[in-house]
Amino acid sequence: MIGIIDYSLGNIQNIKNALEKLGYEYILSSKYEDLAECEAILLPGVGHFGNAMETITRLGIREDLLKLAETKRFIGICLGMQLLFEESEEGNARGLGLLTGSITRMETPHPVPHLGWNTLESPSPVLDGKDVYFVHSFMATGTDTTIATAEYGVTVPAVVKKGNIIGIQFHPEKSGDIGVEILKQAIEGGI
Amino acid sequence: MIKKRIIPCLDVKEGRVVKGVNFVGLRDVGDPVELAARYNQEGADELVFLDISKTQDGHDLMIDVIRETAKTLFIPLTIGGGISSIDDIRQLLNAGADKVSINSAAIRNPELIREASEVFGSQCICVAVDVKYDEAEDDYFIHTHGGSKKTDIRAFDWIVQCEALGAGELLITSMDHDGVKQGFDIAFLKQANKMVDIPIIASGGAGSPEHFTKLFRQTEVSAGLAASIFHNREVEIKDLKETLQNAEIEVRTT
Repeated sequence: MIGIIDYSLGNIQNIKNALEKLGYEYILSSKYEDLAECEAILLPGVGHFGNAMETITRLGIREDLLKLAETKRFIGICLGMQLLFEESEEGNARGLGLLTGSITRMETPHPVPHLGWNTLESPSPVLDGKDVYFVHSFMATGTDTTIATAEYGVTVPAVVKKGNIIGIQFHPEKSGDIGVEILKQAIEGGI
Repeated sequence: MIKKRIIPCLDVKEGRVVKGVNFVGLRDVGDPVELAARYNQEGADELVFLDISKTQDGHDLMIDVIRETAKTLFIPLTIGGGISSIDDIRQLLNAGADKVSINSAAIRNPELIREASEVFGSQCICVAVDVKYDEAEDDYFIHTHGGSKKTDIRAFDWIVQCEALGAGELLITSMDHDGVKQGFDIAFLKQANKMVDIPIIASGGAGSPEHFTKLFRQTEVSAGLAASIFHNREVEIKDLKETLQNAEIEVRTT
């Protein structure tokens, strides 16, 4: 069973569709007792970092998330990936602090948001050379957890990992069959 | 770097693909979900569904099409046609669309662009513009109603305004080139690139892979869109991407 954190942020229909395609059962919940039953936890999210952390605080699930991240495979996607870090310039908010580093606005000569298909560079064969779909304006900096990057006038951390905690900056659920496979590998511990 | 995108456009009416499909004996090709699956298989980078239903039932069927497509395909879906309110947009995004494309409603009410981009984020608000050259005025003008009705809005003024209002992308169709298959409107697109920083999807005029090569070599547009040449396999997306790669234009590989 996969637990998707329900904090009403962004559209998660496509993540549900990807899990269904992969044959996983999932629940959408913000209750610790539901999520504690799951093997892996997905923290999705699209939108504003400050608002997301406010919602997490308001729902009173911050401590629950930290506890779940101690033992379970814990996967943040897009904004969910950024929330894993210590803090962000977007809304000047503190994050979950599960990974060392912070989120800053992208500094690149190219247009922001970084939007579209870009290629991953990684020592991991599951990720290296794969074209995946990005939509974001902020990125992780000052982290030693990066296991895949993309070039966009700046080197963008695309996948970060520390133990059982994985962050994916792009949208695996929008990156074609390759993306769905990457999501599967993240859930199964293959990356 | 970001790859140049190839986007097939499917005109959908009452839940069926209606234009540009001239196959004899291939009934299922009119099914949008199946056609979408074929394009996904062939390496399309994104799909645009244009809902040209005039009825509420037709629009409801469109929601089903999006839902079904999003269940099996995992590439970005853009939906246009008949969108006139924040509620319309919410409904489409909830069904599985990643972006919406607004056309006439944005011209009637430009504030819709601002409101929509504030509520949903610029990245999912694309403004579609139909432009046509006016010889007497020596300038390009916005047309509405499928290009049949000329407005007095100058195209370059309008695209700059769209960006300022928060549009995240522009889908520019050159009416003079549409359906002629003689290539994209390079002159207009080059100028448009100078006026705005947001990504541009070029539409109208594609007849061969070389037209796309020329488009990406001579302009800075992000994507090329076409309909019938893909539907009837005059141009196969796989071959097109190979042509582009040989021309050293970066495209997504699957």
